[in-house]
Amino acid sequence: MVTARLYEERLQKEYMEGKRPGFDISAGDIPGELHLAAGQEAAAVGVCHHLRDDDTVTAPHRPHHVAIAKGVDLKRMTAEIFGRETGLCHGKGGHMHLFDPDVNFACSGIIAEGCPPAVGAGMAAKKRNSDGVAVAYLGEGAIDQGGFLESLNMASVHDLPVVFVIEDNDWAISMPKERVTRPDDGSKRADGFDMHGVRVDSDDARAIYEAGGEAVARARDGNGPTVLEVQVHRRMGHFMGDPQTYRPEEDQQRAEDRDSIERLAADMRGFGIDDQELEEIRDRAANRVDEAVTWAKQQPLPEPEAAHDHVFTNPPSGVTSEEPEFSDAGAAAGGDD
Amino acid sequence: MSTPEQEAVGRTATMSDAMVEAVAHEMRADEEVFYMGEDVADYGGIFDSTTGLLDEFGRDRVMDVPISETAYLGAAVGAAQAGMRPIAELMFVDFFGVAMDQIYNQMAKNTYMSGTSVSVPMVLTTAVGGTYNDAAQHSQTLYGTFAHLPGMKVVVPSTAYDAKGLMHNAIRDDDPVVYMFHKRLMGIGWMPAPDGPKTPVPEEDYTIPFGRADVKREGDDVTVVTLGLHVHRALEAAETLADDGIDAEVIDLRTLKPLDRETVLESVRKTGRLVVVDEDYRSYGVTGEIVSSVAESDLDALEAVERVAVPDVPIPYSRPMEDAVIPGAEDVAEAVRSVGE
Repeated sequence: MVTARLYEERLQKEYMEGKRPGFDISAGDIPGELHLAAGQEAAAVGVCHHLRDDDTVTAPHRPHHVAIAKGVDLKRMTAEIFGRETGLCHGKGGHMHLFDPDVNFACSGIIAEGCPPAVGAGMAAKKRNSDGVAVAYLGEGAIDQGGFLESLNMASVHDLPVVFVIEDNDWAISMPKERVTRPDDGSKRADGFDMHGVRVDSDDARAIYEAGGEAVARARDGNGPTVLEVQVHRRMGHFMGDPQTYRPEEDQQRAEDRDSIERLAADMRGFGIDDQELEEIRDRAANRVDEAVTWAKQQPLPEPEAAHDHVFTNPPSGVTSEEPEFSDAGAAAGGDD
Repeated sequence: MSTPEQEAVGRTATMSDAMVEAVAHEMRADEEVFYMGEDVADYGGIFDSTTGLLDEFGRDRVMDVPISETAYLGAAVGAAQAGMRPIAELMFVDFFGVAMDQIYNQMAKNTYMSGTSVSVPMVLTTAVGGTYNDAAQHSQTLYGTFAHLPGMKVVVPSTAYDAKGLMHNAIRDDDPVVYMFHKRLMGIGWMPAPDGPKTPVPEEDYTIPFGRADVKREGDDVTVVTLGLHVHRALEAAETLADDGIDAEVIDLRTLKPLDRETVLESVRKTGRLVVVDEDYRSYGVTGEIVSSVAESDLDALEAVERVAVPDVPIPYSRPMEDAVIPGAEDVAEAVRSVGE
């Protein structure tokens, strides 16, 4: 959790380098939009800690915390975010489109569109009789999208090992949940599809860990899919540079006050872990983040011509450049008699 | 960039201001006009397409909608068929995939399939284009995709003056109009626009007809046909070329459907040389359509042709690669030089 938080805070700083004065989205070291997940760490950690490398996770446009919790290579992920040649995707994908097949992680910038591929990963696990699990992350704004609702039905009717994790941060960019979505509790979407639905509304890593464990175990044991909605908080704007003029100050303050990391630290102190140990955790995380960012920034940018590579696995025309020849060419071509 | 008549207006506006002004005017004039989309109310549109509309018209007429493109674009179709004049915004054109049935099977076809007993007087506004490294799912223009499918009029303004007149015409049109505005031209604080799109804009309402291209720069040597952001890149190239004694004519298509083939043909008959530039994929798109329509009408007029477009790859994220695939002014200049040889 601490790694994910420090990572986002560091990226926020790195992202703004070169974009000032004012804010020019097309300048600076980190290209494009940047959607940071500070305040949503508990949702990532609480579920992903129950997963193995061969389990699949799909994440949305705000993916870093989930990627870190799933064990994505932090250096290569960071290099990708900086648009470098040695990044996870050679600079093709960027921060919304990270792919790490080593730990079966992928994300997409289109709302709810990670859900159907998670259903597919669950289907593959079931067909192969493995006990693999697929987890699709989405925001609470995404539960109104067809891709999510269709996926619920398909996962339910086929009893697939899929967990849908709704990160409820209260805001779909500028739109508060109550203005655009009913019901208030997104886990109730599960009811209509005759599947398990659970909401954890405390933004508490331990409670999410417990609920996540149950959902993942249900999937792994062949007992079907779950919708798990967890309350989280968006501590930063929707994207860096978001003026957030639509957001009441009290709401921003509430997000900062209800810090799941501080809450977990308090719990740990209760279990006898002292401040020095907590400080060591923080230092280790800070070093890891610093190492990744420093490495990433030393990596080369791709050559412009590299834009033409990677459209297909088998370029340019497929697996063969030869047409087959058959001895009875007339019959093969469907000739008369 | 602006004509003497426009200059006489005095007042200049950004493309976003001009669009919003037209929408507000139509909303005042006709209570049946309303606007819906994601983040169009309090936010005022992620790309400033609805700034200030909520304050004047309230939530009933400037509606934030769920992230349910199929439902709200389809609802616009239904409301239009019921006689209202909805404007529905698709935040990025790249999101069309989740709602394409409502766009191309319902919105675009109901007029024809009903033998015009039904009409669909709606405007689908949408942000297009790259140049800020937003990668493959947020940077496309898809001009050719929308213009290819019959039944929708497709509008692509490149200046504030055109944006306002085309918006008035789009809202008053009894058919579905797809209004594609390029993010880089809007004049958003965090995405600096080139100088060109900010033009004089009359305060009063006016309409620019569809199917009429605009010659943004007259020239005798080479015809450059383009649209959107690339009007400005072509004009920049034309200035460079003028220093070398090459006089390029720059035609801004302004609408893709209906398409003003006549203005293009007339220019090519004068210059004999055609360069078509756009920010869409090269194959099966706008550039091919322009070249083939000229060739079909008057093959003899055509001495040399070049196309400048995005090669057939998704838009890459990293800056050197994005710069390589989206045509720049220098790419346009090079193409003009090559047809001039």
